[in-house]
Amino acid sequence: MFISNTLVYLIALPLAGAAILLLGGRRTNKWGHLLATAMSASSFGVGLYQLMLMLDRPTEQRPASQKLFEWIHVGEFKVDAGLLLDQLSICFVLLITGVGTLIHIYSISYMSHDKDRRRFFAYLNLFIASMLLLVLGDSYLNLYVGWEGVGLASYLLIGFWNQKPAYATASKKAFVMNRVGDMGLSFAIMIAFATMGTVSFVGVQEQVSQTSEAALTAIGLMLLVAAAGKSAQFPLQAWLGDAMAGPTPVSALIHAATMVTAGVYLITRSNFVFDAAPTAQLVVVIVGAITLMFGALIGTAKDDIKKALAASTMSQIGYMTLAAGLGPVGYAFAIMHLLTHGFFKAGMFLGAGSVMHGMNDEVNMRKYGALRKFMPITFVTFGLGYLAILGIPPFAGFYSKDLIIETAFDAGGAKGIILGITTLIGASITAFYMTRVMILTFTGTKRWDEDAHPHESPWLMWLPMAILAIGSVSSGYLLSRGDALENWLYPLFDHSDEYQKHLIEPIIVSGMALTMVAIGVAVAYFKYARQEVSSTAPEDVSIFTKVARQDLMQDRFNEAVFMRPGQALTTTLIAADQAVVDGAVRGVGQVALSSGSALRGLQNGYVRSYAAIILVGAIALIAAIWVVVS
Amino acid sequence: MDASNYLYISALLFTIGAVGVVVRRNAIVVFMCIELMLNAANLSLVTFSRINGDLDGQVMAFFTMVVAACEVVVGLAIIVAIYRSRRSASVDDASLLKR
Repeated sequence: MFISNTLVYLIALPLAGAAILLLGGRRTNKWGHLLATAMSASSFGVGLYQLMLMLDRPTEQRPASQKLFEWIHVGEFKVDAGLLLDQLSICFVLLITGVGTLIHIYSISYMSHDKDRRRFFAYLNLFIASMLLLVLGDSYLNLYVGWEGVGLASYLLIGFWNQKPAYATASKKAFVMNRVGDMGLSFAIMIAFATMGTVSFVGVQEQVSQTSEAALTAIGLMLLVAAAGKSAQFPLQAWLGDAMAGPTPVSALIHAATMVTAGVYLITRSNFVFDAAPTAQLVVVIVGAITLMFGALIGTAKDDIKKALAASTMSQIGYMTLAAGLGPVGYAFAIMHLLTHGFFKAGMFLGAGSVMHGMNDEVNMRKYGALRKFMPITFVTFGLGYLAILGIPPFAGFYSKDLIIETAFDAGGAKGIILGITTLIGASITAFYMTRVMILTFTGTKRWDEDAHPHESPWLMWLPMAILAIGSVSSGYLLSRGDALENWLYPLFDHSDEYQKHLIEPIIVSGMALTMVAIGVAVAYFKYARQEVSSTAPEDVSIFTKVARQDLMQDRFNEAVFMRPGQALTTTLIAADQAVVDGAVRGVGQVALSSGSALRGLQNGYVRSYAAIILVGAIALIAAIWVVVS
Repeated sequence: MDASNYLYISALLFTIGAVGVVVRRNAIVVFMCIELMLNAANLSLVTFSRINGDLDGQVMAFFTMVVAACEVVVGLAIIVAIYRSRRSASVDDASLLKR
């Protein structure tokens, strides 16, 4: 493996930015945002430089590593803080720093009226650094550090406007649900260490062949729990909708493009574990399939533009998870969808932010309408992202999503048919809710509040949107041209022995997918464009809509199954603690106290009675000795 | 003469002293009763010294006298101080230490 000594700059630059802004305090208010943006951009520059170096090396020499320092060294157990940059991590590095830099630029304008803009940029830089550590760590333990770092940054940024109690609660909810996933990751690391004695990616990969399938399945399932927590996958998906409480650039960067894809990264990075544990792999597929439908269904009923996009994110990550669960053939497609999704979803979120910027931070789409004329650039960039997520050729989503649908059908048998149909229906529902978002926001009649004065955003905001829109258009073609990404990742995900002919011709799959998308678009068109849309959500809706509006009861379920019993358990434990443990301690004190008060009666202050007691005592003592001796 | 008679007298004196301490209220009298008890003890010590034919008991008696002398000095001073501040030499009046 190639030894590099420049990898650390990728992380060190944004980390230094965060440190300077946080420690520098108000002194950095004036230029803090510029520094943070420069740090992120230079990190992107280092990433490009690393990519160039990598391309210069022969395939087997491409992964580069750097040892930072000896971290843990206890007996046989040795973990170095080391970085590993291979074909997989470089994709993430460029996505994180690239999209991250664009969003830094966007935020300069978006957050310009916020008095805490410096703190915002410090957190953004902290996030970039943690996320890079996550994808660059060369062992599960190093990854874990970054994993927790992004969790912290996410928490801080969701609750950035924590003066609103609902936002503070949302950040806490995200943090707590992420902790459940983190627990899975720590269990996975512990099991890996117990069975294999190593936690580095290389070490685990070497040990897989000598490890029992049961242990591998356990590791795989625990990694899946971790992935589900971070990527908002079923059953730990409930936090993502509320995470939209954060400023919109945060939703774009962390809760759409990068952090929420960390779960997919974890699964693809651990491909050697999942390949050897078919059961865990099957569960991954099931989780992905459930989540993609779950998110899509929630998306159909949301009137909050950001929550609709969040549901869509959940659904799209479901696609990625599903692809990642399909084994070696799917990993590359999962990553491809992740990259294209990073472009078009970040672009759409920034578009949503731009709309909110012009509409007094209104998020209810029923209060939008006819914004096309007032925000032409936002409309075009959002529209390109829309076409990309729908999977219309030649936009990005067409390449990545179709490949996933094809791979799902190729899984063969009943599994293939179920997964294929699920992904197709998902695509159709995606088309429906995204068309709904488009129609409600940009076309139709004005349904604004009276004080709304929609206007196009400044160039600092639309420039990143435009660049991301270009990515939404071209990234799919560029990544799939001549199987570019697949070949690039080939050394990591060797699937030559699993290669099989497509069960259904790709052109037929594309045809089916486009038909389903067309149906979804048509339904949305007739429902929202041909009919008047009311500016308040109608109440006389079917039970399905009501359930979908409430996020398919995910919060109620969590509340009934986990929160209430948890509360009951803690109440019981508190009562037991007070009665038994505290009771014993207090009981001892009480006995001492009451016997003390009883004996206190003897202290009557009369010297003569003391003397009498001494006398009686002395006599009693003598009598006792007498009895004992004789 | 039988040495045990001295012991009887000693026991008698001690009992008188003890009863006096318990029943009398006047601090001076209580004090004298304490002296009586000390001297009863001294008498016993000297008698045992006589019975055993060695000087241990007599040495102990001297010790007792020295301690008793010190005690008289301190005790009388306390009694005088109490009398000055409270105009009473009754031990029952000096009962502020009760609960």
